[in-house]
Formats: sequence, structure tokens, C-alpha cells
Amino acid sequence: MYEIIDKKRLSDAIVMMEVKAERVAKSCMPGQFVIVKIDERGERIPLTICDYKRERGTVTIVFQTVGASTERMARLEKGDFFRDFVGPLGKSCEWTEEPLAKLSQKKILFVAGGVGTAPVYPQVKWLHENGISADCIIGARTKELVILEEEMSRVAEALYVTTDDGSYGMKGNVNDCIKKLVNEEKKSYDLIVAIGPLIMMKFVCLLTKELGIPTIVSLNPIMVDGTGMCGACRVTVGGEVKFACVDGPEFDGHLVDFDQAMKRQQMYKTEEGRRYLKEREGSSHHGGCGHCE
Amino acid sequence: MDGLKRVPVREQDATERAHNFAEVCLGYDLNEAKAEADRCLKCKNPKCQTGCPVNIDIPRFIGKVSEGDVEGAYRVISEYSALPAVCGRVCPQESQCEAKCIRGIKGEAVSIGKLERFVADYAREHALRPEVNAEKKNQKVAVIGSGPAGLTCAGDLAKNGYDVTIFEALHEPGGVLVYGIPEFRLPKDTVVKSEIENVKALGVKIETNVVVGKSVTIDELLEEEGFSAVFVGSGAGLPKFMGIPGESANGVFSANEYLTRNNLMKAFSEGYDTPIAAGKKVAVVGGGNVAMDAARTALRLGAEVCIVYRRGEEELPARVEEVHHAKEEGVEFKLLTNPKAILVDENGWVKGMRCSRMELGEADASGRRQPMEVPGSEFEFELDTVIMSLGTSPNPLIVSTTSGLEANKRGGIVATDEYGGTTKEAVFAGGDAVTGAATVILAMGAGKAAAKGIDAYLSHRKK
Repeated sequence: MYEIIDKKRLSDAIVMMEVKAERVAKSCMPGQFVIVKIDERGERIPLTICDYKRERGTVTIVFQTVGASTERMARLEKGDFFRDFVGPLGKSCEWTEEPLAKLSQKKILFVAGGVGTAPVYPQVKWLHENGISADCIIGARTKELVILEEEMSRVAEALYVTTDDGSYGMKGNVNDCIKKLVNEEKKSYDLIVAIGPLIMMKFVCLLTKELGIPTIVSLNPIMVDGTGMCGACRVTVGGEVKFACVDGPEFDGHLVDFDQAMKRQQMYKTEEGRRYLKEREGSSHHGGCGHCE
Repeated sequence: MDGLKRVPVREQDATERAHNFAEVCLGYDLNEAKAEADRCLKCKNPKCQTGCPVNIDIPRFIGKVSEGDVEGAYRVISEYSALPAVCGRVCPQESQCEAKCIRGIKGEAVSIGKLERFVADYAREHALRPEVNAEKKNQKVAVIGSGPAGLTCAGDLAKNGYDVTIFEALHEPGGVLVYGIPEFRLPKDTVVKSEIENVKALGVKIETNVVVGKSVTIDELLEEEGFSAVFVGSGAGLPKFMGIPGESANGVFSANEYLTRNNLMKAFSEGYDTPIAAGKKVAVVGGGNVAMDAARTALRLGAEVCIVYRRGEEELPARVEEVHHAKEEGVEFKLLTNPKAILVDENGWVKGMRCSRMELGEADASGRRQPMEVPGSEFEFELDTVIMSLGTSPNPLIVSTTSGLEANKRGGIVATDEYGGTTKEAVFAGGDAVTGAATVILAMGAGKAAAKGIDAYLSHRKK
């Protein structure tokens, strides 16, 4: 059992929890994820790690309520427990392996979309703690969905916020901001790390390919075990099939087949996919649509 | 009674069981078991025992059943095996102990597996537990993986007085016994849980949610957590795919995923959150036991199911009993059929499969006749779900995070002796992690051998 030490709502539908998980806290690195399971009957839900405190033995997770399972999770309070909390899973960011002297020569721009800000935060923080500065863009649909701005501003060299509706920060999407930084402000970046919805990562990658800036993305496909056993999380990268849980979750964004990833994502995760599933299955339907009790 | 024939075992009716997840085989009762036990010839030189990977003294336990001393029979089996209720159900006895039975030369072999199962079930129902009486040794051993290899190794070491902790990556212990083999062949809450409880009763601790290689490394277990030896029984690993067009479409699963959703996550059961897109028209590609399990699971979830296999019936690697059960329940067999492409609709979902017909040519190096495509024989049929059951390749996680632990070309951990020794001191390995996908009982045999190896290593080191 893994105790929830602290809980905070970042927006209506986005929840942050600090969870006691000694083994994970001791060994996790930026880029990795955990799988949580609320109780006996819950799903195994993969979540990126937002922060970790090795001395306290805690790991912070952030999630958005998108279905029955995450809604149930959101109702947990401080002092409640997750039945299962396993990790760290996946590979840590490739650049954490580089010698710091070499890494410090690189100028990295992080592009965080919505709840994708959560996995970006520990990366920027890790760099900051190692004396390396990096810029960050947080993009969201509207002001209410901008999360972790204050935390990020403490660790990022320069922080830019964009909202689609212009309710906060710069009006526009993250690509507008990247273009502004690179084309108008003549900033030069050696690497872009983009984490957010698939559609955002796809368009960021289209742009950065044009700009000639190498780009890393982090994928969060459907998973079951998270250790390579089930193959549900397979993605095509550079024409090869990879398992996001063991080969990723981070990949070269210019090689990822985003269209396929988006189709696979639909299966259980989107309302549309769930309805389609129910329709197709008829009498052999066994849940997964998010509508059956 | 005809001594040439075995006492038939009762089974759930095929038409009924095709729609439920209750166990297919109902097992013997005491009278049936005694009658079957009486068929044993009590050979002076029992061949059956040599056919058992864990070397159970079969005539001795059968003798006890014949006398009506079922508890005595259980004590005999417990000396050798920690998982008799599992083995009595899923061992391929027909190619092991029963294949060597002298009764079987003329007539049918003694039904050793069904007798083992009877004894184990009796023990569970009467709350009999294995006994420990070894003196405690002050040495800690870590076992990675709580599948058949790990449970067996841990049980044997605990019986020898070692302080054993099993580390399991998933949220439930049992490995393939809980995520892979379906409920209707191996009931989880009764059979598997109780056998794991028996291992725990020997003093074995189980820590779930620990992915060794990620949460903690073997080097850390040895250097920081005070373990004197480690056994790696981490299992088979990553599912294989064919590499044909359409394989990434929605509705294409590995057998591991389909079975894990259903067995471990209990997607079939009301009130569990994990979904499964069960499918209406399902093809399972492959001919092994796992393929049969996936096909029979899909059938029970309400689908029309066929097995697609590129060789013929005789070449099916699955146990005859499993093939027979699958056929009885209504699984269709498309043999000598090889998938060429999965056909995908505009939304990215499976809509069918293109296959070609095959014929068998000369035997290859493995002794199996090589399937060859019949030119111009391609055909298509409609489907909404494809389950790939083509075996697995070893998970590189442990090898890649452990200094000095070597793997072979296929990725399996190299065992340097018959006791599971590896290229790294204090580290032993066995089961699918070494051999690639095999059977429960072979993994148990390897776990048993490694327990001996670890005991020898630690006893020697102490001196």
C-alpha cells in the first residue's frame, strides 16, 4: 500500500498527488513513469513522474480525469492509499547520461502542452539542479489549464506561457511561440523536448523538422504491464516497431508515426473510440467503452 | 473393470463450458482416484519418475492413494514439488511421466497428472500445508519473479532454512500462472492463491511492484540490501509479432496482452475496470498452448474463433488435450494457412486477413516439415480481431542492468552449469529467462536445480 502524503487540485480536472513510494523515489530519473492501481478492481494506469523527493521517499504524480478510473483516483484524499504503485518504468531522458560539461553546452527548449507540463517539470528541474539552464514554453487551451507555472518559473531560464484563447500569456499555440522565439528573437536551440497531446507533438515536430532542430517527444500510449510483456504500447518509430514502455517513452519525434499512434490511442482512451468499440462489438462487448457499469 | 483403460475424468460439458470461465476438468473423487491408483504396477525401477522434471517419487504417492492415505500421498509429493495443484493441471504429463509409464505400453498410461491434482486438491480442501523443519540459516536470498521457477526455488530454499524474499514486477504474485494461463484451466482464487500461500507458509516473503533492473538492480540487492545470492526467474518477456502489414491496427493484440487483460486484470468479470476489446470474429495466429488459451478465452467472451497455423495438425505444438478441448468447444482450425497481411478499415481497425495456403515440404533441421506457400493460393476473410501468439523473446531488462551477467545470442541468460549458475558470482537463473518460452514444469525443474546450486554455493562460501 502506498500512502498519499499530499493532494492538490491544479484545475477542475487535473490532480497532483505526492505518494510515499520509497523504491521508486530512490531510483527514478527524469523521463521515467510509474503505473498506479487504485484497488483490487482498478486498471493499471501509466503516469509520468512529475517530481520526486529522495529524502522523503515520495513521488509526485499528476493526472487528468478522463474516465471512470481516473475519476475514482481523483476522489482519493491525503491519507488514503493506492494499492499498487510500481516503477520507475521506461528509460530516463537520454541526455541525463551525457557528461555535464558537454550537456551544458546545449541549449534546450522544452515545450509542454497541458497536463504534459507535469513530465517536463522534473527534466527542467534536473538540469537546473545540475547548473544547466533551459527555456520552457507552457501551452494550454485556456488559463485554467495552465499548471505548474510557478514551479516551472523557479527552474527554467525563461518561461513563456501561451493559451489558445488568449486568456493568459501569449495568444496562440506553442508553435506560434516557437516560431517567435526562433525567427523573431533569433534564439537558437540545439534540442527541443515536446511533451503534450499527440496532436501537439505532431505539429511541433513538423515545425522543428523545418527549422532543423532535433526534437524528443514522450509518448503515453495504452499499456497494461509496462514492462514489455504485453506489447499494447507498440509504436512505429523510423519504420520499426518499438514498445514505448521499454524502448521509450521518449523517442526521436521526427521519426514517430504520429497518425498511427493517434489511431491506436483512440481504442480505449477517447470517447469516440469507446463508442465505436461498443458499436462494433454488440453482444460480445465487455466494457472498455467507459459507459457500462 | 478394464485395466487397460484409465478411469475417465469428469469434465464440464463442452457446449456449456464454451460460455463460462469455470474449470473445464472436474477431477477425480476419492473412489475414482483409488481405482486409477490401483492400475499402477508399482515398478521396481519406476520409469515415470525419470520422466518428471522435479523427480517426484510417483509410485510411492500413488501407493498411498491406493491405500486411501491421501494425506500421506500429499506429504510424498510435497517433498518434491511446491505446486502440485498447478502441475496436476498444466504439466504435459503425456510427454513426461505418463509417456514412460509401463502400463502405457499396452493400453493407457496411469493418469498420473489427474492423481496428482486429486491429491493436491484434497490437501487444499483439508487445509494441509507443507511442513518446514529446517534450522534457520542467517543468509538472505533474493528471488526475481514469482512464477513457477521463482516459487519453486524460493520454496526449496526456505525449506533449507534460508531467508528468502521474492520480488515480483506485477501487482499479484504467480507470474504466468496468473497472467497467462486462463481461469478455466487453472482457477486463480482457489488453486493458484493457495499454492502461493503454501510457499509463504514456508517463510518466503513476497514483495510485489518491484521491477528488478528498474526499481532496484541485482548489484544493489547484493551490495546494499544484504542478499547473499540471487535467483533470476523473470520469465519469457517480449511478445513477437510477424512484421506483416496492418499489424499495428486496432484490434491486433499479442496473446500476452489479450490473456493479461482477461486473466490478471479480470476484464471478463463484472466490476473490474480494465477493458478488453474481445472481438466478434477472432483469428488467433499460432499453434501452441498459449494460442489455444487465447482462442478458448475469446470464445468464452462470445466471439467466433479460428486458429490460423501454417503447418498441419500433427505439427501443432500445443498439448493434444488442449487442441481436443478447443475443438470440442467450437474453435475452428485453419491449418496450413499463413497470414500475409491484416486488412484495415479507414478508421484504423482490423477488418480482415489475407492468407495463403501452405503445403509441407522436406523436414528441416528441427525435424519438422517445412511449410511452403502454394503459389496463387491467397484468399481473404473477414475478421475484427487478430491475436498474435508467436512466442516471446527474452526481456533485456535484467541483463542490461546487471554487471557481468551474460546473455546468449537470443537474449536468454547464459547458464554455465546444470544448477543455474551464471557468468556472475552469486547470481543463478532458470526457467524461461534462460531457455526462452517453455513449460511450467521445466521452469520448476530449473528453480529446483538452482535452489540446490545456491545452497551449495552458500554452504561452500561460509566455510
